[in-house]
Amino acid sequence: MKELRLMKGNEAIAEAAIRAGVDGYFGYPITPQSEVLEYLMAEQPEKRTGMVVLQAESEVAAINMVYGGAGAGKKVMTSSSSPGISLKQEGITYIAGAELPCLIVNVVRGGPGLGTIQPAQSDYFQSTKGGGHGDYRLIVLAPASVQEMYDFVGLAFELAFKYRNPALILSDGAIGQMMEKVEISDQKPRWTNEEIKKMFPWATTGKTPDRPHNIITSLDLDPNKQEKFNHKLQAKYKEIEKNEVRFEEIQTKDAEYLFVAYGTSSRICQKSIQLARAKGIKVGLLRPLTLFPFPSARLFELSKQVKGILTVEMSAGQMIEDVKLAVRCSIPVEHYGRMGGIIPSPEEVVTALEQKFL
Amino acid sequence: MAENSINKDIVKEENLVFKKTGLFTDKPLSYCPGCGHGTAHRLVLETIEEMGIQSETIGIAPVGCSVLAYEFMDIDMQQAAHGRAPALATAIKRLYPEKFVFTYQGDGDLAAIGTAETIHACNRGENITIIFINNGIYGMTGGQMAPTTLPGMKSSTSPYGRDIQSMGNPLKITELVAQLPGTYFVSRQAVHTPAAVRKAKKAIKTAFENQKLKKGLSFVEIVSNCNSGWKMEPVQANQWMVDNMFPFYPLGDIKVPAEQ
Repeated sequence: MKELRLMKGNEAIAEAAIRAGVDGYFGYPITPQSEVLEYLMAEQPEKRTGMVVLQAESEVAAINMVYGGAGAGKKVMTSSSSPGISLKQEGITYIAGAELPCLIVNVVRGGPGLGTIQPAQSDYFQSTKGGGHGDYRLIVLAPASVQEMYDFVGLAFELAFKYRNPALILSDGAIGQMMEKVEISDQKPRWTNEEIKKMFPWATTGKTPDRPHNIITSLDLDPNKQEKFNHKLQAKYKEIEKNEVRFEEIQTKDAEYLFVAYGTSSRICQKSIQLARAKGIKVGLLRPLTLFPFPSARLFELSKQVKGILTVEMSAGQMIEDVKLAVRCSIPVEHYGRMGGIIPSPEEVVTALEQKFL
Repeated sequence: MAENSINKDIVKEENLVFKKTGLFTDKPLSYCPGCGHGTAHRLVLETIEEMGIQSETIGIAPVGCSVLAYEFMDIDMQQAAHGRAPALATAIKRLYPEKFVFTYQGDGDLAAIGTAETIHACNRGENITIIFINNGIYGMTGGQMAPTTLPGMKSSTSPYGRDIQSMGNPLKITELVAQLPGTYFVSRQAVHTPAAVRKAKKAIKTAFENQKLKKGLSFVEIVSNCNSGWKMEPVQANQWMVDNMFPFYPLGDIKVPAEQ
């Protein structure tokens, strides 16, 4: 019998980190994600697994601590919310440029600027198109429940280490703050330093006579080499797009219309499906679990079946651009969203569907 | 490696009094002739070699002239974003408490953009070594004003001299970090004469050996020249450093633990 607990989404991230055998968490308080750091400090994981937890002086320092730890082959992570994630972008692009695995969690709040502390999905562009300078991508996972907050920590690290690429969990204030039942996994042991040396021969663990010195850098002043490196990165992203697309479909079999939504919006859409179907509107949902890579191929298939797509996002419409590209303008794609920290009601989503398509 | 690079036809074994430090790679240094970086690198590498800790040492290179330090040091190294080296070092040391971790940073990196990371790593008493090269200028980007540029000193962004009224005062960050309870050993040295080199070496070695004690952060500033940025010949630059930099940044130990 698996252990079940009632937890906040943010607490689930923290407990999952300990259970996944994470070596280090480096954070800075910001609403609505401070419970991640608070839970870890209260839990004292250094006593449970030897995991290091440190409150940094800023989000900038925290992400650079992640860079250092990841460069030394350790399983390290940070979490924050939108304004803090903006601060982390410098470190994130260096981490992507140095091809280091790590996990960043964004419990999104409304923006721009200091915005609001209420949930939003307005960091989609920043998360899926790079975020900092240069041509790079993160692996982006979008949980829609507290259980997925928990499960995606392990998955994110698995993918990050598989591709030597930073992974991001794109959550929001609602999922971070709400409490749900969570099935807790068994404790995974942390990797020993010997295992790290064997598994990650590139890591800065101290130069030994059997190998040249290891260098973690994103710098190459020779433009030909830098371009070659960029091609290598792009090839890696293609590989990720080929292998790692994950999504869920709900009532798409007979659907004439389709919602595309992730995270909190996708939960709203599930209720909207019931309301719409009670009115005789055959609508289904495609919920991306990975936002990069995006489920473009499946959306293109579905575009041959449905008459129109409504993307539902707590933003001015960001993911809609990827949906439009995916369906290649073959069918109408419309957006419905609320901003500034407001979560749309299932009823207003149905009304939007009716107004735009019926 | 060092043995191989000696031409035995020119230098007879019995006449050999000095050779390249073993932990230098064979890459030619990118520093200007007369620059203090090469000597400062050597002192760090000699220390690591003498302590026999190459396999236990992880270094952090900054952004600035010494951004490519990892090319010259035969050490496992990471290159940090501008000013962030102490954050990287903090994490590595916490995750590998038994390793030796050092940062090598210039004045723009450590005392301007990285002020927060520097002060907080020092204040937390991270058990690391910070080597701080202060030449009062941004060398790599072409001689701009640094946080440590002296009053009245000319640079490409203070072409009429640093005006304190509009550009602010130079920052004595070494004296500042010495005030923090987390620093265990703070020293300011130079590498322009053999005597100064010996003292700097002693300070750097102390700073590395202190990591074994786990008592806090060791911070060694090297006041150095930048003949290119200062637009002087090397000898002239060293003299200018003695006449102008040393009165403002006096050499010597600033914070020494009672038991030393």
